[in-house]
Amino acid sequence: MAKRALVNVTGKPATLMYPTTPAKQYDVSRGHIIIAIEDCIYCGNCQRHCVAQAITVDREARTWEIDRMRCVICGVCAEVCPKDCIFIEPDYPPSTVGSSVEFVQGPPAPPKEEKKPTAEE
Amino acid sequence: MIEQKHTIIEIEVADLLKKTEEYHKAGHRLVQIGTTPLGDRYEINYTFTTAWDFESLRITVHDGDEIPSISGIYWGAFIYENEIHDLFGITVNGMSIDFQGHLIETRIPTPFKNPPKITKVPKGGDA
Amino acid sequence: MSNRIVVPFGPQHPVLPEPIHLDLVLEDERVVEAIPTIGYVHRGLEKLVEKRDFKNYVLIAERICGICSFTHSVTYCNAIEHIMDIEVPPRAQFIRTIWMEYSRMHSHLLWLGLAADAMGFENLFMNAWRLREEILDDMEATTGGRVIQGTCKVGGIRRDIGDDKLGEMVDHLKKIRPLLEESNRIFTHDQTVRHRMRGLSVLSEKDAWDLGAVGPTARGSGCDMDVRSSGYSAYGELGFKPVTFSHGDCLDRCLVRSEEVLASVDLVGRAVAKMPDGPIEEKVTGNPEGEYFAFSEQPRGECLHYVRANGKKNIVRHRVRTPTFTNVPPLVKLLEGIELADVPVVVLTIDPCIGCCDR
Repeated sequence: MAKRALVNVTGKPATLMYPTTPAKQYDVSRGHIIIAIEDCIYCGNCQRHCVAQAITVDREARTWEIDRMRCVICGVCAEVCPKDCIFIEPDYPPSTVGSSVEFVQGPPAPPKEEKKPTAEE
Repeated sequence: MIEQKHTIIEIEVADLLKKTEEYHKAGHRLVQIGTTPLGDRYEINYTFTTAWDFESLRITVHDGDEIPSISGIYWGAFIYENEIHDLFGITVNGMSIDFQGHLIETRIPTPFKNPPKITKVPKGGDA
Repeated sequence: MSNRIVVPFGPQHPVLPEPIHLDLVLEDERVVEAIPTIGYVHRGLEKLVEKRDFKNYVLIAERICGICSFTHSVTYCNAIEHIMDIEVPPRAQFIRTIWMEYSRMHSHLLWLGLAADAMGFENLFMNAWRLREEILDDMEATTGGRVIQGTCKVGGIRRDIGDDKLGEMVDHLKKIRPLLEESNRIFTHDQTVRHRMRGLSVLSEKDAWDLGAVGPTARGSGCDMDVRSSGYSAYGELGFKPVTFSHGDCLDRCLVRSEEVLASVDLVGRAVAKMPDGPIEEKVTGNPEGEYFAFSEQPRGECLHYVRANGKKNIVRHRVRTPTFTNVPPLVKLLEGIELADVPVVVLTIDPCIGCCDR
């Protein structure tokens, strides 16, 4: 134990000065969930499969909201999304005080194509 | 994946103490006591083993039944029986250490109990 | 004439890592009786089976405990796969085994640090936790999470490990193996550790069997009880022998865990050498119907998952019997006759994990 104690005293510290130095991260680290709202079709699959019931989707108003405090970053929504528009980013979300619901408003629906006029006039 | 053998033997509540004594004499250890609520009845499994082949005794009880405690034979069974009493509301007689319902304290008493039967009455009543 | 006083110990106490409450009946500094109370972290997770699909329920089963989380998900998946007759591909079995052994190593190193802290040996506590960081770095690089992995699913695993990454992991373990052996030597031979733990609270082999002790609590008393000898997952092909000691006191329970860390390092090396190629998952269709008991060896002992299903998307019952739940009666017996100052050390030697115990 004496040898270990000497090595500890003369070496550099084993801890990181977080948050001044950023945390150690890898490519597959699970930090937080983001959505590319342009591709979303508002099917509600992510809402149905969410383990923590953190996602709410409104089809008519075209909005998608997530409660960051309830999300456990399990990744099920990213797997079941039919358009692959949900991604997991490796950075940790910043700390907040109070409500943490994040609200994303999607672009308005593209105009429907004009129906072809019928053959009989 | 190897086959983990387990056999389930259905018995009556009255035979429970006798069969437990036989297992104790044969040198088995108590693995677990678990309850399954099935809507109208409960099934309680007592599992014993020496190596990795399980044998379970299964008894069927209803709401309001009383079952004897096996903590006279296996002293460590008191913790399972207090859990059955706290979560399912089944009375167990003669536990070696009786917590009187205070082992697991929940806001709703007996949260895992079978829900009571609901009879639907048509709108407007019988009149 | 001596009078008895009752001292409440826990759930919040500087030396106690988990919220368990003990009422200690003392007679002149000696404990005469101990009455445990659990239920401070009861979340009723078993009732969530009514609301969640059986495939998504794996992620809830994983969050029963933070330290032994991967083994819970593997045991639940084993139960569902057996009911539905799904054959998991061999590569997935081997990778699951590697992650389970990493889980065991980090849990034992965490416990070794806490045991040193309970004795007041802060230097050894920090040393053990610094070694634990190396293990957690490898876990995060392959699964994405340090303590909750989220990579097991019904039918296989969600993420693969490349062969070159496996070679890096084995090299990293080889590099830290001398440090682990040095830590083991300190626990075996250091005077302070021996003075505090040798001869304290002996549990005989017959008592360990009768009272239902499992895991290192039983293996420290000489019981040859380790579920990995039955050969579930890939353990049947890796040639495994349990570690037992014979005195039955606190020091032997501590040494069992210290030796198991080194045994796990060897197991990971053998698993990587024998790793087969192939797919990592099997498609799952339909719903389960039937019942099954699945068990496995967690870092703290033998854990049992009972699953019962009736053909619908939600299973009927999921019952978890965790090792700490069955180690509480031996704890009550171990606490009789010791002095008040030794109570934290004895409570820590059964390795309480109250998150598992209360669910």
